[in-house]
Amino acid sequence: MSAYLSINNIEVIYDHVILVLKGVSLEVPQGSIVALLGANGAGKSTTLKAISNLLRAERGDVTKGSIEFQGQRIDQRTPNDLVKSGVIQVMEGRHCFGHLTIEENLLTGAYTRSISRAELKTSLDRVYTYFPRLKERRTSQAGYTSGGEQQMCAIGRALMANPQMILLDEPSMGLAPQIVEQIFEIVKDLNSKEKISFLLAEQNTMVALRYADFGYILENGRVVMEGAAKELATNEDVKEFYLGLSSGERKSFREAKHYRRRKRWLA
Amino acid sequence: MAFFFEVLIGGLLSGVMYSLVALGFVLIYKASGVFNFAQGAMVYFAALTFAGIIDMGVPIPLAFLGAFVVMIALGVATERIVLRPLVNQPQITLFMATIGLTFFVEGLAQIAWGASTRRIDLGIQDEPIPWILDNMNMVVSSFDLTAAAIAGVLVAVLAAFFQYTKIGRALRAVADDHQAALSIGIPLQHIWGIIWSVAGFVALVAGMLWGARNGAQFALTFVALKALPVLILGGFTSVLGAIVGGLIIGSTEKLAEVFIGPMVGGGIENWFPYVLALFFLLVRPEGLFGEKHIDRV
Repeated sequence: MSAYLSINNIEVIYDHVILVLKGVSLEVPQGSIVALLGANGAGKSTTLKAISNLLRAERGDVTKGSIEFQGQRIDQRTPNDLVKSGVIQVMEGRHCFGHLTIEENLLTGAYTRSISRAELKTSLDRVYTYFPRLKERRTSQAGYTSGGEQQMCAIGRALMANPQMILLDEPSMGLAPQIVEQIFEIVKDLNSKEKISFLLAEQNTMVALRYADFGYILENGRVVMEGAAKELATNEDVKEFYLGLSSGERKSFREAKHYRRRKRWLA
Repeated sequence: MAFFFEVLIGGLLSGVMYSLVALGFVLIYKASGVFNFAQGAMVYFAALTFAGIIDMGVPIPLAFLGAFVVMIALGVATERIVLRPLVNQPQITLFMATIGLTFFVEGLAQIAWGASTRRIDLGIQDEPIPWILDNMNMVVSSFDLTAAAIAGVLVAVLAAFFQYTKIGRALRAVADDHQAALSIGIPLQHIWGIIWSVAGFVALVAGMLWGARNGAQFALTFVALKALPVLILGGFTSVLGAIVGGLIIGSTEKLAEVFIGPMVGGGIENWFPYVLALFFLLVRPEGLFGEKHIDRV
């Protein structure tokens, strides 16, 4: 598989002083789901925002390295250009337009496309086939819908832009396990039927690794581990630090072995 | 009874004029969440520009077009120079920036066209309509009626624009969440450029009508203050609210002046709307038609 989206050794600095990403490299092959895992503040969201270039609006800047999509550098493009070329981000915390109805939310997703009314209708129907729930709620103001519905709305809205690649930031946030499962099923569906590639930032390591093909683990702004999702899910370190599973007795934080293992990652 | 209705109608029609100014506030507040303190100055600027161009001997429609182009330029320049560097700053920062903008625009208007009052003659008579005077024994100015009609059309067009067009939807989306709008590829800069131009257009219509009535003079900037109670009553985010609010303020202030005024020695027209607004703030802070703040708990 060739690299579709590739990030080469990028460094991100916020406000000219805060170094958040310290040389992150990763690749997303075409048509795959890649998970970006890590704890709070590891740099997952920042990585996604560096790609979608929403970073600039938060006073962040990619100071080193390059980002390429389909062989072209995209690190200087505006979010508007990026969406047009097929890369769209679904932001953490959903960010639906609360005062717009669900359907209006979806329609705004097609802003960058100049298409006819009929094509718009087709796109809308496509979203409704994946998210039947949205069709039922289409006239409600998004602000009054449930968290799961808002997450669906956010993904559906991105879908309206007809993307080739979706950067999905923390879709499980604040949702019941059942809904999380539902959303990931749809992501898998979109991936296999619509051939949309996904780069997925998640804290919910267990679920993410179950649906992803490949995974990267970030810690303190660095990639500390990468591998096929299945391998990562069975890796002892991952099990212990991220899945909360340990072989046998509980380990104390004071334990030297634990410390050393962690340290190896940070080096 | 005829006298009561005469006062009421007079009040409603002058309320329409307040609505026009309030509309400008609503547009910018909706799209960017900024209370544009400079709206009054923009009305003044527009009126002076319009009058100035007419004084150069240009026919009214062309002068209107010319003034509109100038207002677009002003709107786009404001977005470029003032707003763009302040993206993602707290709202109070943007608000302060618009206060600065107020002084700048007022000064600019006076540098360009001089500080003296200019007359605007639209060719509409400010006289009672004979038919109504004869049949109902009421004095209703034909100018007020025309102004109300113009305002009505403007509002209908704007409401449709916001509700049904792609750009209107994008404008509302930006108003709700800048970042999300950015993330789905809505170019904020264009949107803000558009909305400031539309606000400039509304300012021009307001300036033209107010100017035709009172002359294009510095006092126009204070008309904007009357828009405040209108906004509080109608809601900062509603085009319809600006209209209804204007009508309520206009009619109640005139009725209060005529019927309650004499009991307390008169002159209550100037502060009565603010008292009304204060009362509304206590009962319904989002205004009659304002969007309720949706909070998830």
